Amino acid sequence: MSIHIDPLEKKWIIMTSGIVLLTWVLIIYYAAVENVHPPSNVEVIDSAHLHLTSGVGGGEFMEDKLGIHRDVDGALVVTMVAARYGFYPQHIEVPINTPVKFRIASFDVLHGVLIPFSNMNTMIVPGYVSELTTSFTRLGDFPVICDEYCGLAHAYMYGMIKIVPKDNFKLTAEVH
Amino acid sequence: MATSSIKTSDIALSAATTDSTNKLAFWNFFVAFAAFGLAIPMGAYQVLERSGMFPAIENAAVYYASTSTHGVLMAYVLSTYFIIGFGYHTAVHSLKQALWSPRFAWIGFWMSTLGVLLAASTLLTGHASILYTFYPPEIAHPVFYIGAALLVVGSWFWCILMVVSTVQWKKANPGKPVPLIMYGTVLNALLWLWTSIGVAAEVVFQLIPVSLGWVDTLDPGLARVLFSETLHGIVYFWLFPAYLVMYAILPKEAGGKLFSDEFARIAFVMLFIFSVPIGMHHLYMDPMVAAGWKLLHMFGTFMVAVPTMITGFTIIATLEIAGRLRGGTGLFGWLKTLDYSNPVVLASTLSLLMLTVGGWGGVINAAYSLDALIHNTQWIPGHFHLIYGGTTVIMYFAAAYWLWPKITGHQLYSNKLVLTQLWLWFIGMWVTTMPWHYLGLIGQPRRVDTVQAYQQAEELVRSWDFSMLIMNIGAIMLLVSGLLFVYILFMTSRQPMATKAEQEVSYAEAIHPPLKVPTLLNSLSFWNWAMLIYLVASYGYPVLQFWFIGTPESPQWGI
Repeated sequence: MSIHIDPLEKKWIIMTSGIVLLTWVLIIYYAAVENVHPPSNVEVIDSAHLHLTSGVGGGEFMEDKLGIHRDVDGALVVTMVAARYGFYPQHIEVPINTPVKFRIASFDVLHGVLIPFSNMNTMIVPGYVSELTTSFTRLGDFPVICDEYCGLAHAYMYGMIKIVPKDNFKLTAEVH
Repeated sequence: MATSSIKTSDIALSAATTDSTNKLAFWNFFVAFAAFGLAIPMGAYQVLERSGMFPAIENAAVYYASTSTHGVLMAYVLSTYFIIGFGYHTAVHSLKQALWSPRFAWIGFWMSTLGVLLAASTLLTGHASILYTFYPPEIAHPVFYIGAALLVVGSWFWCILMVVSTVQWKKANPGKPVPLIMYGTVLNALLWLWTSIGVAAEVVFQLIPVSLGWVDTLDPGLARVLFSETLHGIVYFWLFPAYLVMYAILPKEAGGKLFSDEFARIAFVMLFIFSVPIGMHHLYMDPMVAAGWKLLHMFGTFMVAVPTMITGFTIIATLEIAGRLRGGTGLFGWLKTLDYSNPVVLASTLSLLMLTVGGWGGVINAAYSLDALIHNTQWIPGHFHLIYGGTTVIMYFAAAYWLWPKITGHQLYSNKLVLTQLWLWFIGMWVTTMPWHYLGLIGQPRRVDTVQAYQQAEELVRSWDFSMLIMNIGAIMLLVSGLLFVYILFMTSRQPMATKAEQEVSYAEAIHPPLKVPTLLNSLSFWNWAMLIYLVASYGYPVLQFWFIGTPESPQWGI
């Protein structure tokens, strides 16, 4: 049985489908060519025992390992812990227009991290490591804001990040 | 021709059936709008508190208790009870048959209402200040989860009654198309059954056991994946009846006919099938779901734009027919001749305007590359207040104004005040949500009781000041409009009785009312199978993975 479809409706459907297809193509293009992916590393960690070397994923997030360092390939890596009510380390400094890999774990409840005017935005779920690589394109000081409700003092949970010119950037401490 | 079909409007319902349906509809609406009346001042308080311009009312504990209660009442109580009341009324009047078991309906009503009261007792005393998304491992008082579970299970009684009504009617009317408004209603009932599985599983298997101390730990990642299965479908569960008012009530109120019945059915089945298995767009920024799944869900998310675009087309075409029948000419002349003093016409027009902007905002959220900029910023409450509080709830108002004389028997109190209320809601919604969208773009997070704490980022915080001032004005407008709505309904009950004609219930016809429609556009079982397959494909592995990736689980935390 055929149904009654007006010629205008037919045009409208074609146009709408075209828009949907276009968005699909754009997203596939940026994923395949520009490497735009959501933070999705599916890596587990024992959030309750971040301070110990034993346990799943142990050692990486111990207090003396937190901060910015270069990995074996020379890429910048920020290792960070989110816990009520702060990010540790509380201050970081990174160069502009340089890919920085963040690895973040929660010590307690659900948190999020948001740096305004950047693509730095990820949930920090207890039991999982959040990993995200991004470049910052604006110089200056920005807050590192917890963007998921984590308790009554949630609005006070933030750190600071300083984006500096590439020439001014120096690693203050080598951490391995 | 004359003998080929009996028009359903020729069959009269018995007075007893009409009365019992009106009672059922009335009490469901009563709970819905009582919750709304309670939640409205809370919303206004939250905006003023958060703006930082009234230090005397700032209090984090009160703010989060208020926000949690506002969210639960608006998103779960107002919506669910409205949909249920509207659904019972629709089933009886569009199918012209008595409800299979009103007693069954009342059992569901009381179960849900008990759940609401239990949940409210913990929310209002600050024992469930974990917001309406209640993400673990922060755990509320167990009574909160038990209340939430009862609310959901009670609503399933309604779903079953909607399905039974439709199946009974189809048996009695073989081969005939289910009336359009009922086809949408029953699909929405099925949508809710499918989409509430996620939250039900999370509450029953994770949150209640942990909150009662039966188990020590849970996996917050699994909880978030399960909740995401509910989180998008539920939005379409709320929106669906708003569309139904536009498809089945608006054309007649506007003085015309529906542009297309079949096209509407295509939109309905698409809304059904594409609204549930795409919930992982809420998890784009989450670490425990692999990128491929997010991509799959993103494709589906964009597909939901199609039924919305179809709806936009059909409803605007319908309004054009009405405007032209009323003497409008030229390309846009018909817009001027529409009867904007009719609450349903006015509300639908304003709703479509909000849907247009809110829908494009939704397309931005749907792309994970853009989502990175606005995820969990103030943009998000801006978006969902515009789409739910604006587009959807304004249609709940319209439906209430249309239904109140029919179910209470009293004339509507002051059409002028009704129009004022609708306009004020519309303007207030823009004045509130546009600053929120903008604040999100310039980096303000959502879900904070104050933004004054980021002292080391003084310059950024000051850049938020102006928008925060404007949102206060919008919130006051919404407060006045919301209270006015409750006042109008209350005053209606003291009005003289409505005439027989005002009490009559009838639905719009299409220009070409179909005598038959293709089986697929009249079917429930096919779409249920399709949903099952799509759901297993999109959620099967992402849920199963938690049984073998070996997450060290989390203990519970207080607030």
